[in-house]
Amino acid sequence: MPERTLAVLTLDGVRVMVPAGTTVLAALQNAGLSPLRRSLSGEARGALCGMGSCYECRAVVDGQTVRTCLTPVQDGQNVRRLMEVNREV
Amino acid sequence: MKAIVIGGGLVGAACADALARQGMRVTVLEPGPVGGGATAAGMGHLVVMDDSPAQLALTARSLELWEALAPALPRQADYHGCGTLWVASDEEELAAVEPKRRAYLAAGREATLLDAAELARAEPNLRPGLAGALRVPGDSVVYAPVVAQFLLERAGATVQREAVAELIDGGVRLESGEMLRADVVVVANGIGAVSLLPDLPLRQRKGHLLITERGPVHIHHQLVELGYLKSAHGNDEDSVAFNVQPRPTGQLLIGSSRQFEQPDREIDWPLLRRMLRRAAEFLPALENISALRIWTGQRCASPDHLPLVGPHPHLDGVFLATGHEGLGITTALGTAELLAAQLFGTPSELLKHDFTPARFERMPEPAHA
Repeated sequence: MPERTLAVLTLDGVRVMVPAGTTVLAALQNAGLSPLRRSLSGEARGALCGMGSCYECRAVVDGQTVRTCLTPVQDGQNVRRLMEVNREV
Repeated sequence: MKAIVIGGGLVGAACADALARQGMRVTVLEPGPVGGGATAAGMGHLVVMDDSPAQLALTARSLELWEALAPALPRQADYHGCGTLWVASDEEELAAVEPKRRAYLAAGREATLLDAAELARAEPNLRPGLAGALRVPGDSVVYAPVVAQFLLERAGATVQREAVAELIDGGVRLESGEMLRADVVVVANGIGAVSLLPDLPLRQRKGHLLITERGPVHIHHQLVELGYLKSAHGNDEDSVAFNVQPRPTGQLLIGSSRQFEQPDREIDWPLLRRMLRRAAEFLPALENISALRIWTGQRCASPDHLPLVGPHPHLDGVFLATGHEGLGITTALGTAELLAAQLFGTPSELLKHDFTPARFERMPEPAHA
């Protein structure tokens, strides 16, 4: 059995430990961080396609806005949902 | 009286609306979604431009028609009177602003000169050291696909989701083989006109656009560098120019690029990098914003940068409304007014200028089916 490595990330300020090889989207969803975004009129938004086409799962990873469904987790990542970032702006 | 309009973009929709108001029954043929071609790809900047007297007349009249239409538009059309700032990088460009201002005033459009300090106050995110700007407060922006749908509904036009295979005497033959008859056929499908009329003097001119995330950088006007005109009218080489629009959502729409004979939809990354670098030279804060989407579109350019509006020189009952290059959204309404004037004798000041396809002498007869 290969050893399962773990990555430690920060999701909206909370440290979580997730299996390496998963996506940031999976980490967010498993941590119960939903919705991922809010539309301009305040409606809840979250991942729709899970394959990089819909752009609905965007979040800020280490300062860059990315599609979380296409972003593998890496040890030490700092992930923030857009509404958390925009609240500061 | 029956009319067929080929093309369900904004130009086709505006023409359909104008013909319906003259009592014609209008069928619009559009194989794709309404407003899904150049209409959706463009910025939707309603802008007065003065490269030629005819272009100034057409854009200025069109802005008047937009102002008249605006109260009727659905909210989703995002009609927004933000005005344009033509930004001068240096004294040489600023010197060219005064004749431009006078031309705009003569065409009945408000235009004011901003010096360097006034420009910095109007748009604090622009880099320091710019020479000034021409402010054209009557320019606007609009989300054109919604307007196309609105005009088609207002016209009561029948929209058939079909492609036209060829023009025939007194009508068209569809890809399905069906023949449709009409008293008037209006070819208003942008660069698609070339597949029906191969001899038209039209070329594709590809452009890139990028839309950002909602973000911290706010601008108040559509910002265009005066150098844009060099880009729009320069030679055949790829060119970029600073042209950024504030969206009502707090996003920015960033252009612009021009490339001849690039019929694909692919992103040209080196050119995009040039375009964004140019934009960031004027708006340094762009470096801190994320892009959301990037897309391309095809303008339909004529040799003299004016559209082809009017009767086909050799085909009875066939009228053209194409070749608007980057001004099709602005000039769709003026185009429709002009077409109605040509067909029905309704008044239009635009008849003073020659927009007819016949101005390009070399248009051999296409083979009849």
